[in-house]
Amino acid sequence: MTGASGTEGAVARPTRARRQAEPLVPQGPARASAHVCQAAGCLSMGSDTLFAELKERVLASGARDVAVKRVGCLGLCSAGPLVEVPEQGRMFERLDQPGGVPLDELVASLTGGALGGRELGEEPFYSRQVKVVLERSGRVDPEKIEDYVADGGYEALTKAMTTMSPDEVIDEVVKSGLRGRGGAGYPTGLKWRTVAKAAAGPEGKYVVCNADEGDPGAFMDRSVLESCPQQVLEGMAIAAYAVGASRGYVYARAEYPLAVKRLTTAIRQAEREGYLGREVLGTRFDFQVEVRIGAGAFVCGEETALLASIQGGRGTPRPRPPYPATSGLWGCPTLINNVETFANIASLVERSGEAFASIGTERSKGTKVFALTGAVTNTGLIEVPMGLSLREIVFDIGGGLAEGRKFKAVQTGGPSGGCIPEHLLDMTVDYETLSQAGSIMGSGGMIVMDDTSCMVDVARYFMDFCREESCGKCLPCRVGTQEMYLLLNRICSGRAGMVHLARLEELATMVRATSLCGLGQGAPNPVFSTLRYFRDEYMAHIQDQVCPAGVCQIEGVPAVAGTHAGSHGGER
Amino acid sequence: MAPTTVAARPAPSDDKRWRQVDVRMRRLGYRPDGLIEVLHTAQEAFGYLDDEALHYIGDCLGVPPSMVYGVATFYSHFTLEPQGEHTCVVCTGTACYINGAGALVKELEARLGAHPGETTADGKVSVLAARCLGACSMAPAVVVDGEVYGKVGPERLLGILEEL
Amino acid sequence: MSEVRTLVIDGRDVAANSDQTLLSVARENGIAIPTLCHLEGLTDIGACRLCMVELEGSKKLLPACVTQVQEGMRVVTSSERLLEYRRRVIEMFFLERNHVCAVCVANNSCELQSAARALSLTHFELAPLHPDVAVDATHERFVLDQNRCILCGRCVRVCDEIEGAHVWDIRGRGANARLVSDMGTPWGESTTCTSCGKCVQVCPTGALFEKGRSVAEPKARRPYVPYLVGHHRRA
Repeated sequence: MTGASGTEGAVARPTRARRQAEPLVPQGPARASAHVCQAAGCLSMGSDTLFAELKERVLASGARDVAVKRVGCLGLCSAGPLVEVPEQGRMFERLDQPGGVPLDELVASLTGGALGGRELGEEPFYSRQVKVVLERSGRVDPEKIEDYVADGGYEALTKAMTTMSPDEVIDEVVKSGLRGRGGAGYPTGLKWRTVAKAAAGPEGKYVVCNADEGDPGAFMDRSVLESCPQQVLEGMAIAAYAVGASRGYVYARAEYPLAVKRLTTAIRQAEREGYLGREVLGTRFDFQVEVRIGAGAFVCGEETALLASIQGGRGTPRPRPPYPATSGLWGCPTLINNVETFANIASLVERSGEAFASIGTERSKGTKVFALTGAVTNTGLIEVPMGLSLREIVFDIGGGLAEGRKFKAVQTGGPSGGCIPEHLLDMTVDYETLSQAGSIMGSGGMIVMDDTSCMVDVARYFMDFCREESCGKCLPCRVGTQEMYLLLNRICSGRAGMVHLARLEELATMVRATSLCGLGQGAPNPVFSTLRYFRDEYMAHIQDQVCPAGVCQIEGVPAVAGTHAGSHGGER
Repeated sequence: MAPTTVAARPAPSDDKRWRQVDVRMRRLGYRPDGLIEVLHTAQEAFGYLDDEALHYIGDCLGVPPSMVYGVATFYSHFTLEPQGEHTCVVCTGTACYINGAGALVKELEARLGAHPGETTADGKVSVLAARCLGACSMAPAVVVDGEVYGKVGPERLLGILEEL
Repeated sequence: MSEVRTLVIDGRDVAANSDQTLLSVARENGIAIPTLCHLEGLTDIGACRLCMVELEGSKKLLPACVTQVQEGMRVVTSSERLLEYRRRVIEMFFLERNHVCAVCVANNSCELQSAARALSLTHFELAPLHPDVAVDATHERFVLDQNRCILCGRCVRVCDEIEGAHVWDIRGRGANARLVSDMGTPWGESTTCTSCGKCVQVCPTGALFEKGRSVAEPKARRPYVPYLVGHHRRA
């Protein structure tokens, strides 16, 4: 798309967008409806102006039974701007872009001419996915609660509050086997039960949605909030009802202005319609939700740091126990789940815990949303049943690598995760298998790397990340990440001996065992996993002063390692 | 948390932008836990947070100066220095990194003389590096004055900046 | 209500109150666990990670200063692995800033130095970081030498929890974390400091010290202000 038309690069301007945002709704039933993706990826490719243009074209055509509406993420971000016409089962990719589908083709398709675009059924990117969390994402207007309600939204909350006791709601969540989607995979039902049983604090209990999606290369939560914020709020309201909370917070990243804007709009609309705020659904149950915006600190994804930040302080973690479930915000019991976890709740309650548990594997139930990025053909947002193999994700859904490129690794779990090599591609994607392979599920970032990536450099990249994001409270993380970075830097530049590699491994073990929170404990993981699967690349840098991928700048001869105080000069 | 005894006090100057800050503090009930929210508002209004703003906000919310300063310097989103006329944020998330974000940063350093976190000598452009903008499918991504640009090469980035 | 718990520390049966931490029970029974960020009377933050201990049946190490006792716990406070980790912690403290003991006012009365001696730390393997940090001598009675600061936060807590002034806090994060007074203003210009000297009293190293004390003054430092040790939080 370099050197492309003038539409690229534009993003939503809220004020102008508001005027143009009204959907085109036909008088009678729609014969065809164009769902124009309005998530950040497509917006940056000009999908908002495209929406306005499409509306005008359809109006000008005289067709009276065609709808044009704005929807959330359609998934295949690399082929944006995307428009789906569900009645025709067709997707229009790279609309009005060089090499993409011309606007005329879509207009013809909508107004009774030849069907254009690509058939959804034949494309594995779309056909292999199973949508629970993203079910409504490409169907409802993210800024209109009426659209969400018309699609069956808030039926789960109504069902829970009118036909189920709080305990029965928790029973369903327990039965579903849902585990936290933020990374660690703690059983959601158990967490809810703990908060429900805890005695209320001076200000009752709190429900907090962790939307501080900080893993680089991950944008699931951004997409969910941009596409269907009501679904997250409904999940939070159900949780509040189940655990007995009356106040809630969504802690969102400052880097996601569009998500914050849509979420704020969604809260206002839900309060207006009686799904949030005072006397929810006309009952005596109150649930007030506020948005708190982070300010650029990765560590705030850690739950105790997140709570410190909501309370207006420095986002430093504290030792657990006490866990937030018993003592969280202002000492009150606090339920913290991430965006995707809450987005699963409505569907789970509406269908049943058993129905939810019918998807996935023995110990990892349901689906998982991944942000598939990097050196893969189809990049974007996908949702797959737990237990699919990495190969299916990368090669079937992701369409494999670009012509002539060789697969090297998939990185999952962000800075606390690891790199999975080619010979493990057939492993299934679930919490246990990933952890056995030395990585973690994490929040769902999945970055495909090819032979142009140096794995030592990748380890250094993540260590650089961790040392800059370390809060500085505990010594092993504050100093250990810096020391590990210096050692990795030394290896990358061809100035390291075997003694430095041994030191790196020792230090990594120590930092993992002694750090206060998950950031420090997880920081050595990229080092461990690259050492486990790509030790030969480390050895090439150390013994031959060569970077096999040609990424690292080799500086020169390895230094003789000093082992005594005073003999370690010149390392910086 | 119990409301504190501190509350509204006269703004440091008659600059109208203080009104936005005052409104935000009032909405938050002058609670000390609203500190980060108020810092966001002040930075939006003034472009950065100076000592005067930090002192004023701390006084109004009943938060000691060192705590306000500790919070303002903990989060990378807050800046205590005036920013350039334009901002250029280069995403350095994993997907952008393996797709050449490093080359973009180097190009900006070479051509503009500004490292991430710095502003050009003429005060025109502030260069920032972001952890991850979540625009990974368009890697490498750059945000110039709030507009997202995807799959940006060094040449194109310079072109975008020249048009400012 | 506090109840009696029995547990085993380093093979010894000990009795404790249910609200005690592992650290306090161990110390009561003469079992030494090194600490730097802990100080009796102040809120524990579990930051220095020197007091990590092993719990039988668990892979995770526990910080003794913030771990409540539980019935039947079997705790090991000084395995070879723990000693190695503690040496590494001390080494990293030394490498993080420019601690040259020979010219430090706290020489021979420094908790970091004595921890290093107790652990027989003889050499450093990792690289020194030694950032360029300042000495603030603007206060009429006291000096802050950032080169000796280990960011234990004892001064921050004593000033906040006991004196109620909150002069000190930490600025920045990670490698850029620094102790600051007020808005990073010189200590002598602080509008909140009461010059009570408690921060100086509780500093485990030579980061905060009284003016006029000569280098390596042989006499031990004054004991902590009495009410600090006075279990004020249990009242």
